[in-house]
Amino acid sequence: MSVRLFSFHGGVKTDGHKHESCGTPIRSAPLPGRLVVPLRQSARAASECLVVAGQKVFKGERIGAPVGVLGTAVHAPTSGTVVAIGDHLMPHPSGLSTLAVEIEPDGEERWIEHAPFDWQQSSRAEALAHLRDCGLVGLGGATFPSHVKLGTGSGIHTLILNGAECEPWITCDDRLMRERAADILVGARILRHLIGAERLLIGIEDNKPEAIAAMRSACAALPGAEVVVIPAVYPAGGEKQLIRTLTGIEIPYGRLGGEFGVQCFNVGTAHAVYRAMEHGEPLISRIVTLTGNVDQPGNFEVLIGTPVEDLLALAGPRRADTDRIIMGGPMMGFALPDLHVPVVKASNCLISASQKLFPSAPPEQACIRCGSCARACPAELQPFEMYWHARAKNFGKAQEYHLFDCIECGCCSYVCPSHIPLVDYFRFAKSEIWARERDKNAADQARERFEFRNWRQEREKEEKAAKLAAKAAETRAKLAEGGEASDSPAAAAAEDPKKALVAAALARAKAQKAAVAPKNTEGLSSEKQAEIDEIERRRRELGLDAPPSAADDAPQKTEARDA
Amino acid sequence: MIHSPYIRKQASVRQVMFTVLLALLPGIAAYVWQVGAGILVNLAIATLTALAAEALVLRLRKRPIGTSLGDLSAVVTAWLVALCFPTIVPWWVTVIAVLVAIIAVKHLYGGLGQNPFNPAMVAYCTMIIAYPALMSQWPPAGELDFATQLDLILGGARDLDAITGATALDALRTGLRVGEADVATLLKQDSFGAVGGRGWEWVGLGYLLGGLFLLARRVITWHMPVAFIAALAATAAVFWVASPGQFASPLFHLASGGAMLAAFFIVTDPVSGATTPRGKLIFAAGVGVLAYLIRNFGAYPEGIAFAVLLMNMCVPLIDMKTQPRVFGHRGDKP
Repeated sequence: MSVRLFSFHGGVKTDGHKHESCGTPIRSAPLPGRLVVPLRQSARAASECLVVAGQKVFKGERIGAPVGVLGTAVHAPTSGTVVAIGDHLMPHPSGLSTLAVEIEPDGEERWIEHAPFDWQQSSRAEALAHLRDCGLVGLGGATFPSHVKLGTGSGIHTLILNGAECEPWITCDDRLMRERAADILVGARILRHLIGAERLLIGIEDNKPEAIAAMRSACAALPGAEVVVIPAVYPAGGEKQLIRTLTGIEIPYGRLGGEFGVQCFNVGTAHAVYRAMEHGEPLISRIVTLTGNVDQPGNFEVLIGTPVEDLLALAGPRRADTDRIIMGGPMMGFALPDLHVPVVKASNCLISASQKLFPSAPPEQACIRCGSCARACPAELQPFEMYWHARAKNFGKAQEYHLFDCIECGCCSYVCPSHIPLVDYFRFAKSEIWARERDKNAADQARERFEFRNWRQEREKEEKAAKLAAKAAETRAKLAEGGEASDSPAAAAAEDPKKALVAAALARAKAQKAAVAPKNTEGLSSEKQAEIDEIERRRRELGLDAPPSAADDAPQKTEARDA
Repeated sequence: MIHSPYIRKQASVRQVMFTVLLALLPGIAAYVWQVGAGILVNLAIATLTALAAEALVLRLRKRPIGTSLGDLSAVVTAWLVALCFPTIVPWWVTVIAVLVAIIAVKHLYGGLGQNPFNPAMVAYCTMIIAYPALMSQWPPAGELDFATQLDLILGGARDLDAITGATALDALRTGLRVGEADVATLLKQDSFGAVGGRGWEWVGLGYLLGGLFLLARRVITWHMPVAFIAALAATAAVFWVASPGQFASPLFHLASGGAMLAAFFIVTDPVSGATTPRGKLIFAAGVGVLAYLIRNFGAYPEGIAFAVLLMNMCVPLIDMKTQPRVFGHRGDKP
């Protein structure tokens, strides 16, 4: 069986810098003095805290319960004592904090009771629930919940394992494939079973010959499985690009592969699925590459929650010219705002950056419309046109040029001869559009609430009037029964107070309405004004930078790293 | 905030422009060899004027002078102006043309990257309208020595009829207009070489070489040169097949005038040209067809400059209507 390779448009050939860290076997990182496990492992979903400060926990014990459709469980990475539960800075470009459980390890690594999961005898729903309860998310960088991905689509014919690892410097998947190919394949078999696919394609870039050999020998006995060597062109490991390369299928923006008969999982995810199913172990560790401007680069198996600071020390003392720590690769990663942040499920690589290895961008020059960016764009966009509109804050026009199909891979910025940080402009434009949509939604909601309130008051008034009218009719009937005294002063008096009551109620309602209406619109406009002021302030402060808060609402941002 | 990528390709506008200048060298060498070293004087005058004008405007616009001058874009414009002007044009014609190109066409529209029209072509059109006689006097290849050329450039007395001729295009055109002979007879005249104007064929070949170098270095894509050459040749072929006595062959049109310079260095200007792959084909083909029509039926012997400007006007429309489909949207209507 051989697979016809499709190519995707654009992409860039970068200097891989893989050899620095790929030569040494994966080492276990020593237990740190303290672990900080965030209950929010992705931008999309947080989990509910199940422990209290002072509580003893076992290794693998659940400390966070899944909340919502996209929720997954969170576990204690080792045994010890919960010392605090509070907000902690996250390894996220926003620099925002989130609720985290702080655990002081007791050093005994006592596991909670766990047992293998019989995935062959269980139903699909049970298996997916087990994965959710094991905290399984995509380890390629986007941390999309695996049980959700496995649950979408039907009639899936092909499972793709993503071992491309196209970002420069990162080698964690490379090492994992070299050392634990058999385990990955078991995970892949389980995944294939769960989605009911027949074919299994494992995409690996041609710059990883050892990993290719290891995976080939591991899957030799597995029918329907094949390792496919793909050219090393960044971003060949982007989920959509890999699916296109291996099957020719294009997954449009906002859709999942499952809808098109393919599903794609990172090799690290497959390995975690193996641990969860065959050993019943939740996802409490991952492989992290330490590389860049360090003495001993390499790969480490790291407990989730290990502070980045402690981890960096394993690669040798910090060199004087290291000026930033980049989490992720140099194409899509971000500089950490603070080194106290913990390793999370998305952390695949920590690069110590120096000016020598990663020089600051030269000053931005004018766009000469050379089209290099369009030739490099794997989403087949016209980045220079979108740049033009994003720069002019003409966001509607930028959207017409398919702004949201941009996967933020950074190829355009990489090739631009005018050194324009194109992808920064696109992130800015997207976050501005999201912010505006939020404003609009808030205004719409306020208006709906206001209209509903008016309608409800009107209805109540009518009901009240009807009730009173019924009562009045009843009284009149009673009086009529009492004789010919219907036009007596008593009857008139009986009717008059009711009329007065109705009139009073109407007046009250009117007054209320008058009091309420301007209040609501005032509140609305000042709120809007505040939002506008806030946006203006941010713009002034950051120039063209995207507002940090917007990133939380940006699930699509990391699609290229998905799987 | 994410500011990735943290790595960048070694590329700069300066590098792009430098490559273009480098690619012009074979053509210039052929020019010097076949026509004379006067062109070097013109190139120098144009370059100095362009740099001075660029610096002046940048200063007035309070922009960083160093980086913008260093990007070499003004030098490229200057060289293109000098290369499409007659070799012996007086120095002040070159100066005015370059000032028009840099100040009016480039900077009044906002500087590098903002001009909707090709600066060198506007300069050419301006001068051919303002000084039609001076702009039509080309020295026959190899017949004027450097001293004479220099003297003429510096404003010496011009006994022009004695020393200058017309270009191959002009000679053929005039000959046909007067009706004295058919194409075949006219082409036997002294001023014609094997395929185009005598000597100028070699210059065209030099530009072709430089153009292939630009393609190899990926500074330009194949779309524009191929579409331009194909359209010019195809239009010429239609007329030539219909009436070979009245119309010159496609090869003659490709080898004459500024066809090769235009194919690789003029229509390929990224700033004022179309940018989408299909748009590039349409744009360059439009220039080719219009250039032929103006050459044969217009008021000027060389029509490329006007053709380029006319097509420049259509660029926004062309780009809008030829947006390529986006990844994952293969089935979408455009």
